[in-house]
Amino acid sequence: MSDTLPKNNIFKVIGASSLGTLIEWYDFYIFGSLAVIIGHQLFPEDAGASALINTLAIFAAGFIVRPFGALVFGRLGDLIGRKYTFLLTLVLMGGSTFFIGLIPSYKSIGYAAPILVLILRLVQGLALGGEYGGAATYVAEHAPKDKRGFFTSWIQTTATLGLFLSLGIIVITKNILGAETFGDWGWRIPFLLSIVLVVVSIYIRMKMHESPMFSKLKAEGNISKNPLKESFNNKANFKMVLLALFGATMGQGVIWYTGQFYAQSFLENTCKLDFNDSRYILLWGIAFATPFFVVFGAWSDKVGRKWIMLSGMLLGILFYRPIYQMFLDDTDYTKIEQTDILSASPAPVTSVLIANSTDSLRTVSTKIMLKNGASFNKVQTDTVSATKGILLGKEVIKDKVLPTPIFWKFVGLIFFQILLVTMVYGPIAAFLVELFPTKIRYTSMSLPYHIGNGVFGGLVPFIATLIASFSGSTPLSGLWYPIGIAALSLVIGTIYLSNKRDENIND
Amino acid sequence: MNTLKKFLGLVWMVLGPLTMTFLFIQAIDKVGLTHSDIERTNTILQWAIILFIFLPISLGLMIFGFYAWKGEYDRLPESSEEL
Repeated sequence: MSDTLPKNNIFKVIGASSLGTLIEWYDFYIFGSLAVIIGHQLFPEDAGASALINTLAIFAAGFIVRPFGALVFGRLGDLIGRKYTFLLTLVLMGGSTFFIGLIPSYKSIGYAAPILVLILRLVQGLALGGEYGGAATYVAEHAPKDKRGFFTSWIQTTATLGLFLSLGIIVITKNILGAETFGDWGWRIPFLLSIVLVVVSIYIRMKMHESPMFSKLKAEGNISKNPLKESFNNKANFKMVLLALFGATMGQGVIWYTGQFYAQSFLENTCKLDFNDSRYILLWGIAFATPFFVVFGAWSDKVGRKWIMLSGMLLGILFYRPIYQMFLDDTDYTKIEQTDILSASPAPVTSVLIANSTDSLRTVSTKIMLKNGASFNKVQTDTVSATKGILLGKEVIKDKVLPTPIFWKFVGLIFFQILLVTMVYGPIAAFLVELFPTKIRYTSMSLPYHIGNGVFGGLVPFIATLIASFSGSTPLSGLWYPIGIAALSLVIGTIYLSNKRDENIND
Repeated sequence: MNTLKKFLGLVWMVLGPLTMTFLFIQAIDKVGLTHSDIERTNTILQWAIILFIFLPISLGLMIFGFYAWKGEYDRLPESSEEL
């Protein structure tokens, strides 16, 4: 049935599915990208009970709720159909994002603000958990068997493009409004903008038809009565869910989050790059690498999915440490010679009284410009004590702007990491779709995908930071987490996975 | 290859509980390092979430190892019709 679908129709299917999924990723990422500003606006400055809510909202929702969303909406998708389920996830995601943009600040409504954010963030996580499996299944069930990897790879580009869109809109809005206005109310614009994108996407999706394979099952009365039970209580199916998780999605998740999130966090927090520089580097890297999702998706139709995905993991294992060592070496400005300095402009000294004390903090900041085009801020914060005199603080170098050749070198290094993302992620939708039968496909493929990405991948920044805090660790120690998980997945995938494709998914 | 699959199954079965033990030790260690009540509550909450998430995953790894040890992955289904 799907083999005879006209070419322009399959592109309509891909376009409508991808646009909605892209918007969902955009919605999900703007919260993460603006977490600090949201924290200042919607949470009280003195922690107390709200610290719990803050932690839950930002830390927990993204990790816990996605697999639950996969179960809830996966079940729904196998019961009532793919079309209506992922229409529902789109409405939930767009609605909750829009309302986050409307929530009054903590100063206006008190604790209601963080509680509402928490609820809406949970809805976002649930919706995302339900969206991806539906879109991938929907496209795969329309695609001809020899182009399944190629067509589903368009869905795979949406996560990265969603991140690109969110970073781009945040940077543009901030540059137009200025940092102060953006922090005050401008941060709401990316959230509110979501409703326009969602309305357009809902309009397009409303015109779509149900998946032909699901319609056939429905007409024959073969729809699963209890997809959860059939997915996880049937040993033959459950063992494939476990294999998909440990042999593929677990490793894919850490490669994805290391290349696109940990890299940015490392550049900004460990290397102390300037806010804009770290984002521009990522934006360029994403722009150059995104077409490769489609390249590797299409290639997997010819050579199989397994070895492309596992090669991406192997390259990550081999090259992460040298890449991040280069990041550190090229941003080390502690050994700058006096002759390298073009100018040094001290900013006015600021002094702030420490609460409940007669002591104050004195901040001395100097903007240093180097002859090679680089610049940075040298900041020293000293304690001025009425009794002990001046206690000198540690000098910090931050807001580093890279010289042009190093900037493009970093773009190249990020591009390489995202290229690995395209290798592991481009073919995976087709791989998962081919692993499970139509009647429980939505449920069965969604769970390993969201545990692999949401849990193993989503925890990369937290666990990497945790490892880096161990005594005797170095700034690169955190990389052992993604390297270790990718290595485990590589071993399991190499030994247990088959490279043979199931051409007939119409079962 | 099937022998390797079986013996690695034992490794996966052991790796599950080992991971959980490591995480429990880390949780106790990190909570012990906190200084204030708020910091402690947050750290407990974060680690409770991590343990809650990884407990079923570790269990899943053990089951995966058990299936591998029993030879369930010696021959994979070639079509989803076999599931």
